[in-house]
Amino acid sequence: MELFFDLLLVFLLVCTIAVSLSKNLLNSIIIYMSFSLVMSVIWILLESPDLAITEAAVGAGVTSILFIITLKKIHAILKNESDPDHEETKEEHHE
Amino acid sequence: MSVGNLSANYQEAIAMIMFAIGFSNLLLQKNLIKKIIGFNIMDSSVYLFLALKGYIAGHHAAIVTDGVQSVDAYINPIPSGLVLTGIVVSVSVTALMLSLTIRLYSRYHTLDLDRITTEVKKGGF
Amino acid sequence: MSRKVSEKEYEKTLTFRLRQWLSGAKDPFLDTVEMKPQQQIRESEEVIREHELQHQRIVEHSYDVEHNAQVRLFRKFYKLFSVIFCLCLVFILLVGVSSLPQYGHEENPVNNEVSARYIERGLQETGAINIVTGMILDYRAFDTLGESHVLFLATCTVLILMRRDKKKYQETAEHNDRIYEPKNDVILQTTARVLVPFIELFGIYVILGGHLGPGGGFSGGAICGAGLILYLNAFGFAKTERFFTGKTYKCMCFGALACYSLAKTYSFYTGANHIESVIPLGTPGAILSSGLILILDICVGLVVSGTMYTFYVMFRKGGY
Repeated sequence: MELFFDLLLVFLLVCTIAVSLSKNLLNSIIIYMSFSLVMSVIWILLESPDLAITEAAVGAGVTSILFIITLKKIHAILKNESDPDHEETKEEHHE
Repeated sequence: MSVGNLSANYQEAIAMIMFAIGFSNLLLQKNLIKKIIGFNIMDSSVYLFLALKGYIAGHHAAIVTDGVQSVDAYINPIPSGLVLTGIVVSVSVTALMLSLTIRLYSRYHTLDLDRITTEVKKGGF
Repeated sequence: MSRKVSEKEYEKTLTFRLRQWLSGAKDPFLDTVEMKPQQQIRESEEVIREHELQHQRIVEHSYDVEHNAQVRLFRKFYKLFSVIFCLCLVFILLVGVSSLPQYGHEENPVNNEVSARYIERGLQETGAINIVTGMILDYRAFDTLGESHVLFLATCTVLILMRRDKKKYQETAEHNDRIYEPKNDVILQTTARVLVPFIELFGIYVILGGHLGPGGGFSGGAICGAGLILYLNAFGFAKTERFFTGKTYKCMCFGALACYSLAKTYSFYTGANHIESVIPLGTPGAILSSGLILILDICVGLVVSGTMYTFYVMFRKGGY
């Protein structure tokens, strides 16, 4: 159990470093989603089930969805130009 | 300065390192969205630290089972309650920051904070 | 204005001439002293254009951050010093952590008589089996009240920032997602038809069972909000507007917050003397137990689910 807990903590650290270093915005957001999910499992190992349910619904759900919606709005306004500081993501347009 | 309990409290040390990584995201990243993600990482690390303070080894979750009501059977419920409020407030703050980012982008067409401040100084709002 | 003397005589007095001079109506030196009146300076078109070009060049040069040597030096130093600052921060925090008592011990100072009271007498005083829910909705109900208001305030702010006038922005795609409607994606709709009832049911179960097991208002509200978001994504705007409009949200949130405030803030007016609750605590373990906690759970759950849904809807289409 201790080993599993330590592995999860190391995974958290790796996730945070990966979020800072990734170039693609969509990748960062998906890594953040997995960070939230692992946090949810850690709450259970720390014997707080309320926090686990809330973090799973809110962190890996609503917050990440809001990030992705923000990306969509920003791309939509940009239309087809390419902006160097804007870090392209390969996001397919809605059909 | 002695090392003290640093090796015994390594989980809390990891939470503090995560806090510093999130903080360095705020300072060193140029993109606004990455800064907001760094802010969220700082939030989560503080909640992790709080919940670690409330954990007692060997005790169970704070739900009364079989009528056992002694202090020896349950973890400390207080930090858990504080973090519960904090998680929901964190999502509200994130939504607020993201909506501000969208409006900033629709006005200045860039996500780089340096360029936005330069544009503001040049031409007013 | 009534005067002691008539209008004509007033015009000859010193006071009148002083007032004329102060208001700039007549220059007393104009025809008396040998001074020509000022002529307007008329510049030619080219001079004006050249001045404007010069001004533009000066502005571009002064705000040119790419080629400015000072700015480049500053950026290098900024990166170096922010790394040093973060390392110092880590060092200070680790020193703090190393002087904390050992993790997970029973005799830590953080496990004091407050938590002992909550655990030992929580069931008798609040009637809730879940000690954390009993704590945040009975012992510390003001915190939860403030937190619900923070959620409502955040929703109001997002409304101010992201709301779009329906008449003005009807046509453009970037402001209104409606031109992509209806989607009728088969996989999404089939999955949503199966999943959304279960999600909502589970959310309601978590809200109502907050005092009996893990969960409570926040968790259940977030789950319900997520179910509503899935419904909106799968079935489009028109079908969701049939049952969830702006008025729904207003009534829901206002009703929930008013109910919570009435239940818990009367002690401001009774001099902090909490009236004993008339609702009996009931048997622990039954759903209709623990006094006000069930009602407050429902209120908090409504506020949180409305908030989550509002955030999503405001971001997507700028209105309900």
